[in-house]
Order: sequence, then C-alpha cells, then structure tokens
Amino acid sequence: MAKTIIEFKDIVKRYGETEVLKGINFQIEQGKFYTLLGPSGCGKTTILRIIAGFTDASEGDVMFDGKRINNVPANKRKVNTVFQDYALFPHMNVFDNVAFPLTLRKVSKKDIRTRVLDALKMVQLSGYEDREINEISGGQQQRVAIARAIVNEPDVLLLDEPLSALDMKLRKEMQYELRALQQRLGITFIFVTHDQEEALAMSDEIFVMNAGQVLQTGSPVDIYDEPINHFVADFIGESNIVRGHMVADYLVSFAGHEFKCVDAGMRPNEPVEVVIRPEDLDITTVAKGSLTMTVDTQLFRGVFFEITGHDDTGNSWRIRSIHRTEVGAQVGVFFDPEDIHVMRFNESEEDFDARLETYEGEESDR
Amino acid sequence: MKQGKLFYYIPYGLWIALFVIAPVVLIVYQSFFNIAGHFTLSNYATYFHSGVYLKMTFNSVWYAFLITAITLLISYPTAYLLNQLKHKQLWLLLIILPTWINLLLKTYAFIGLLSRSGSVDSFLTFIGIGPKQLLFTDASFLFVATYIEIPFMILPIYNAIAELSPSYVNASRDLGASGWQTFSRVIFPLTLDGVKSGVQSVFIPSLSLFMITRLIGGNRVITLGTAIEQHFLVTQNWGMGSTIGVILIVAMVITMLLTGERKKKGRTRHAK
Ligand SMILES: Nc1ncnc2c1ncn2[C@@H]1O[C@H](COP(=O)(O)OP(=O)(O)O)[C@@H](O)[C@H]1O
Ligand SMILES: [Mg+2]
Repeated sequence: MAKTIIEFKDIVKRYGETEVLKGINFQIEQGKFYTLLGPSGCGKTTILRIIAGFTDASEGDVMFDGKRINNVPANKRKVNTVFQDYALFPHMNVFDNVAFPLTLRKVSKKDIRTRVLDALKMVQLSGYEDREINEISGGQQQRVAIARAIVNEPDVLLLDEPLSALDMKLRKEMQYELRALQQRLGITFIFVTHDQEEALAMSDEIFVMNAGQVLQTGSPVDIYDEPINHFVADFIGESNIVRGHMVADYLVSFAGHEFKCVDAGMRPNEPVEVVIRPEDLDITTVAKGSLTMTVDTQLFRGVFFEITGHDDTGNSWRIRSIHRTEVGAQVGVFFDPEDIHVMRFNESEEDFDARLETYEGEESDR
Repeated sequence: MKQGKLFYYIPYGLWIALFVIAPVVLIVYQSFFNIAGHFTLSNYATYFHSGVYLKMTFNSVWYAFLITAITLLISYPTAYLLNQLKHKQLWLLLIILPTWINLLLKTYAFIGLLSRSGSVDSFLTFIGIGPKQLLFTDASFLFVATYIEIPFMILPIYNAIAELSPSYVNASRDLGASGWQTFSRVIFPLTLDGVKSGVQSVFIPSLSLFMITRLIGGNRVITLGTAIEQHFLVTQNWGMGSTIGVILIVAMVITMLLTGERKKKGRTRHAK
C-alpha cells in the first residue's frame, strides 16, 4: 500500500454559525489521482483551502506526511494549487509566471530557464514563454497555471474545478492530458469537480460529498456500481431508484415481484431502495421480461434509444436500449441479478463496508 | 441616432473649449508678450537665464517631490490597512471627510494650531520642550501640505488594492512567497496604477502651491505658484506670469507622461 501523504482527522469548518464541513475524515495516498465530487456549495473548495493553508480548520487535525500542519503557513507547504480562475499574474508574461516560484528561492538563472522550459513542455506550451497572459487563450492560461504549479515539484497538486471554464471539446482533451500528466509526474492530484462524468473518467479514487460531508469513498467503478445511498446513486450517472424490501439474503422484492440479487446482510423485510442503471435494462417481449412496462416516451440518442415508461405498480423506468420500440406498447424489461444494487436507508459508509465484508467472500465475482 | 449622441457631447465640449483649451491657448499667447504689449521671446529668455526662476522651478519640483514622497509613504500602508478593516467604507469616509472642508479654512486652522501660543506650542511648553518656532518653517509647510494631499493619495491606492483579486495573493503564498515577497512581487506591482494616479494627483497640484507656501511656509519656500501669483497680481507682468504658467503646464505634461501609460515599456522589460 502506498504511503499516506495527507490525512484529515475530524475536520470541522465553521463560518460564524454555519458548519460548512461537518467532521471530514480521509486519507490521501501518494501518487494517486483523487477527485472531490459534489454539488456546488458542498465544501469542496473549503477542503482544498484547508490543505493549501489559505484558511484554518475550526476543529480537527490536518496531517501531512505524518505531521500536523494546521499551523504551517501556506508558503511552507509542499502543496501547490491550480486556481479556478487560474490567478496568473497579469504583470508578468508566461515565462515569468512559471518562473515565479523558482525566483523566490536561490535558483540560478540557468536552472530556472531549463526548469521553466521543461514545465512548459510538459503542458505542451513550448514556444509560448514570451507571450503575455492576455495574449493566450483560456485553455492555454489553464496550462500555464498548471506549469506554474508543477515547476516547484510539489508533493501534492490541488486543482479547483480547473476545467469548468473551458468548452466541451477542450475539456475532454484536458481530461486526458491531466490524467496523463499525473501519471507521468507521479505526484498526488486532488481534483475538484461537480461533474460526475469528469470524476469517473479521471480518478483513481472519488470522494462523493454533499452538504459538508463525505458520503462515499471509492474507485469510480465501486461508486458507480455500488452507490451507498439515494444521493450518490442519483448524483453519479442516471439511475432507476425504486422502493422495495428485502425478503431474505439475496432476495429482494420490488415492483410487485421478488427478484434474485447479490446483496445480503440486511434484516428480513427491511425496507430498501433498489438501483438499476438504465444501460443494464434491456427491452424484450412481455413473456421474457423480468417485469412488464408501458412505454411513455422514446428518444433517439444516436448510439441508443432512451426509453421511459412505467410498470403496473407505478414505478417509472428509464432504459437505454439499442432496439427501438413503440410509444404506448407493452414491453418486457429484462435484467440480471447482478444488475440490481440494493441500498439501505441511512447506512453509513463504515457500516456499508462492514456489511459488504460479511458476504463478499462467498460471492467472489462481485 | 448619431445626432442624438452628438447632442450629449455639447456640454462636455463647451466645458473643455471654454475652461481648458481657451485658457491654455491664452496663456501660451500671453507668454509671447512683454509688459509693454510687444511680441517677444524675451520672457522665455529671462526664465532660462535668470538663476532666480530656475531656482524657483527647482524648489517647486523638489518640494512637490518631498510632499509626494512623504504622502506616498504614509498613504500606501494606510490604504493597505484600511482594506483589511471590517468597516472599511466607514474608515475611508473618515479620511475623505476633511477634503470637503475648504482648503483656506483648514490652512487657517493650522495657523491657529501652529502659531506662537497656539495649542501645539503650548503643549510643547507644557512638556518642557518649547516654545518653538513652528509656523513659517519648511517642516510646517511640508506637514500641512502633506496633510492636505493625503486623501488624494489614499483614495486611488485604496481602490487599486480593493480591486486586487485575493487569489493573486493566495497564488503567491501558495507558490512559496513570504509575506514580503508577496507584497513586493505581486501586490505592489499590481496596485502600481493606483500609486501612479495618486502621484499624479498629488505631485501636479503640489507644483503650483502658493497659498500654503505663504500662510504656513511664510514665503520661505518660493515656488512657481507664488511667482505666477506675484506676476499677475502684484507686478502686473502678465507675459512673464504666463511664461511660468507654460513652464508649469509643460512640467505637468512631463509628469503625466512619466506616471501614465507606461504599460508597453513595462511589459517588454519583463520579457527579458
Ligand atoms: N468566506 C466564507 N464565509 C462564509 N461562508 C463561506 C465562505 N466561504 C465559503 N462559504 C460557504 O461554505 C460553503 C462551502 O463552500 P465551498 O467550499 O466554496 O463549496 P464548493 O467549492 O463545493 O462549491 C458554501 O455554502 C459557501 O457559501
Ligand atoms: Mg468551489
């Protein structure tokens, strides 16, 4: 296991009366790509500001490399930030901006030059060093900001929604590049976004946040396949969430039927929520279907049809299907036991993980 | 549409024509006539050949420089601190407030304070230092001039600092700059425009101060402003007065050029 570089222990942050971080605990390992994902206002920037040292935690310990750094000033932390608005110094050109951190210390002119040019090359901006900041595009400014942040070789790079100002195409491009850059540099990235697709595409680990709390931590696949609760399931991608109850281990009841599933460890008859991703549902004949649905709408989305409908018990369903159907038709909806994910109400991440431990050994393919 | 727009420029155009262009043209015109009303260049010859006028010019520039420098030294930290305060608008108002009081009134107030048996002198006597000659000294002149000019320096600097995005400061700290490095490398250069407008609005009027030089400085400091006043009101030599006026205008233009749009140059210098 990689070395833990940053740790939050019961971090609380208050502004006056309002608690914007409500007891955050996490560990950041060296060399991985982390994403803080959550809706606007949930406290992502505040976490970065606490790590960078721009603001203090009201309670709790911030650990860096095993030492408490709550009282270490920002300029003494081996952490650099790529700001949401880039914060490039307008009175300096590209070269001077990137050279800035080096000129603060006793680095020779020659070394500065080599390192700045290297950093610019790293972000594919060779040849731009004499440009003024207002003479380059938003995407290029973004790269300069990254070059400036990595030229000092920090242990951790913090990126606060760095792609949100870019247009769709450039954004996608930068996602690849950032990911590649992180792997080349081998330093820890902590990336903030409210865009779940971005988070899924780039991260080793995602922290899903809401209202000042980390709801779930895990790899993109874990979080997508096994969301801990309604909020996470809904926030990460599109999902069908219906109410039901657990009949027994590996048997869940919803939409008026009982289905085999791969979840266990709940109380008998415990009310639960069931998640099935739209792409896991298939349209078939009524006879072959797991349940029967009346089609309400159908949209052609290019690669697939997006179909919505409702079953006999009133649950609505969203399906991504490569086969077309007719609005108003009765169709079968088919899914496998593995496509069903069962969520308990108000289960904490610890309990969730503990419960998974109890039965995942038996079910090794999960 | 176009005519409608033109219409709005009329008051402005009239104002500029009547109160800016016309006076300047008249001054330049006047400066080419001697006291007898004949066209001549002798006023300029006198100016450049008499040590008196050159010395006055030097005095004006020197004292204006001193006033500006002292004002700046006091104003920058003040403006900076002001920006950190909670009720900064209120504090700023307190600093602007004295500018609403008539200049002459304030000057007389200082005469009362600084004169023999004035409050300051009594206080100095009381603590055993005085009595001292306060009024009619260089120091008192500089003191009062600085006092009067300070708000005009603080205001533009305050605004420049207020407009400075805090993320520049954060970025600088984040990249490893100490407090002082952040100030000298980021905050000061980025608020330099405010400093420049402050310097302009203090240095230029200070060049032609004459009332304070007389009332507080006791005419120990003779500046171009004093000379102009004397020529127009006492010796009635309008030609010579205008010549000095032209010199002052030139000095102002030079100041504007030095403190004004130097962005281009500043940029290329950085590129090196
Ligand atoms: N300086 C501040 N004073 C008061 N409230 C603040 C301050 N900064 C942030 N907040 C509040 O803290 C919450 C979290 O903010 P932030 O961390 O910026 O959210 P995010 O980056 O996830 O959008 C928000 O509700 C915001 O209004
Ligand atoms: Mg934010």
